[in-house]
Amino acid sequence: MLNKIYDWVDERLDITPMWRDIADHEVPEHVNPAHHFSAFVYCFGGLTFFVTVIQILSGMFLTMYYVPDIKNAWESVYYLQNEVAFGVIVRGMHHWGASLVIVMMFLHTLRVFFQGAYKKPRELNWVVGVLIFFVMLGLGFTGYLLPWDMKALFATKVGIEIAASTPLIGHELKVLLAGHPDIIGAQTLTRFFAIHVFFLPAALLALMAGHFIMIRKQGISGPL
Amino acid sequence: MHRGKGMKFVGDSRIPAERKPNIPKDYSEYPGKTEAFWPNFLLKEWMVGSVFLVGYLCLTIAHPSPLERVADPTDTGYLPLPDWYFLFLYQLLKYTYASGPYNVIGGFIIPGLAFGGLMLAPFIDRGPKRRPTQRPFATGFMLLSFASVVYLTWESVDAVDWEAKEAMGAIVEEAEIDTNSDGFKIYQENGCINCHGDTLSGGAAAPSLIGTGLTPEEIANIAKNGQGGMPAGMYKGNDEDLVKLSEFISTLEAK
Repeated sequence: MLNKIYDWVDERLDITPMWRDIADHEVPEHVNPAHHFSAFVYCFGGLTFFVTVIQILSGMFLTMYYVPDIKNAWESVYYLQNEVAFGVIVRGMHHWGASLVIVMMFLHTLRVFFQGAYKKPRELNWVVGVLIFFVMLGLGFTGYLLPWDMKALFATKVGIEIAASTPLIGHELKVLLAGHPDIIGAQTLTRFFAIHVFFLPAALLALMAGHFIMIRKQGISGPL
Repeated sequence: MHRGKGMKFVGDSRIPAERKPNIPKDYSEYPGKTEAFWPNFLLKEWMVGSVFLVGYLCLTIAHPSPLERVADPTDTGYLPLPDWYFLFLYQLLKYTYASGPYNVIGGFIIPGLAFGGLMLAPFIDRGPKRRPTQRPFATGFMLLSFASVVYLTWESVDAVDWEAKEAMGAIVEEAEIDTNSDGFKIYQENGCINCHGDTLSGGAAAPSLIGTGLTPEEIANIAKNGQGGMPAGMYKGNDEDLVKLSEFISTLEAK
């Protein structure tokens, strides 16, 4: 039955070459922890992707309850945390995942750096990877404000002051992020919500697509 | 692959009529113990992923994510602190030559050099050698940066009184209090108010009296004999008032 459905679609859209492109590639011995235990260092990148997928899924469920305005944001998080079935788990996974993704990405960066895997011809993939790192830090920074509790508000005040110390464009950057030259308030919250939920994830998905296409094209770096 | 003349298509589309077999490549001639990603290696990867997920879920269940009280921009006594992965930057900005008039050094030049160097690493470290020991400068700078980030984060964490910080952010329970009731008047006259506060929500020296879950008898006993940091004999009134007081306190529930 499934085969018939597959053949029916394949006849019309020729999906076999696409599927073979995604599924068919070799895993060399030196990156396979089943053959060399020390190859577990090659898992960090995949685990970063794994946590990212969990972040996207848990984030999608969080937005079913979260309200991005200063009157209801904290109330909605409190409700989610204390009243909604499994709300504490979903929010917990998103909270801890934000830290785990930074840890895993940091370990992945160190692995690539110390192995010199960024050398020719993989320079561009390294640059894209560092951009992903920045986007992730941006996601962490904007997401921290959303519960609108004390630590969120004051951490954002500190962060925006740091952004404002950028030479030349500091003030403009601050207004762009906060939505007002002096107030960290309703505008800031909706902006951070939009950045956290739409702008940065869009950038992240595009960069990750580039990262993966380049890996597939060039293959994984050889043994040291 | 068939090109050019003689190609057959499905209907008037550009899909070739000739079907390709959906079979994996043969990796037996590849060097070493190379194996196929699908499905051989992916199954092993899933095992690593499941072990990781179990640890992740244990962490989530053991430590529910924190939520402090609702943001109050007028509270100037609150100690601001960014999330842990920005602490190194926050700490850097506390040093004399990285803050105040030199803010641009700590906030922009040093992080800019560090992150710029990270991004441009392949164009700075261009030799063909890959082993860390063969690239002493690259390895050295990375170890130095790593040590600095760890040191700065440590200094930042060490400088914070975490218990006081937690108390600053804790959610304060509030109750509807009838300040004209006999119970509240007795509470005021006996000086309970000095430690437990006019909203009965506690303070630095005493816990909150809202939603204690205690019976009036238990409360009366504590009022007379003390508990924890509260000495005995704090209540000095008569027994009739004590009943009123303990009943008043036992009925307080958070809104």
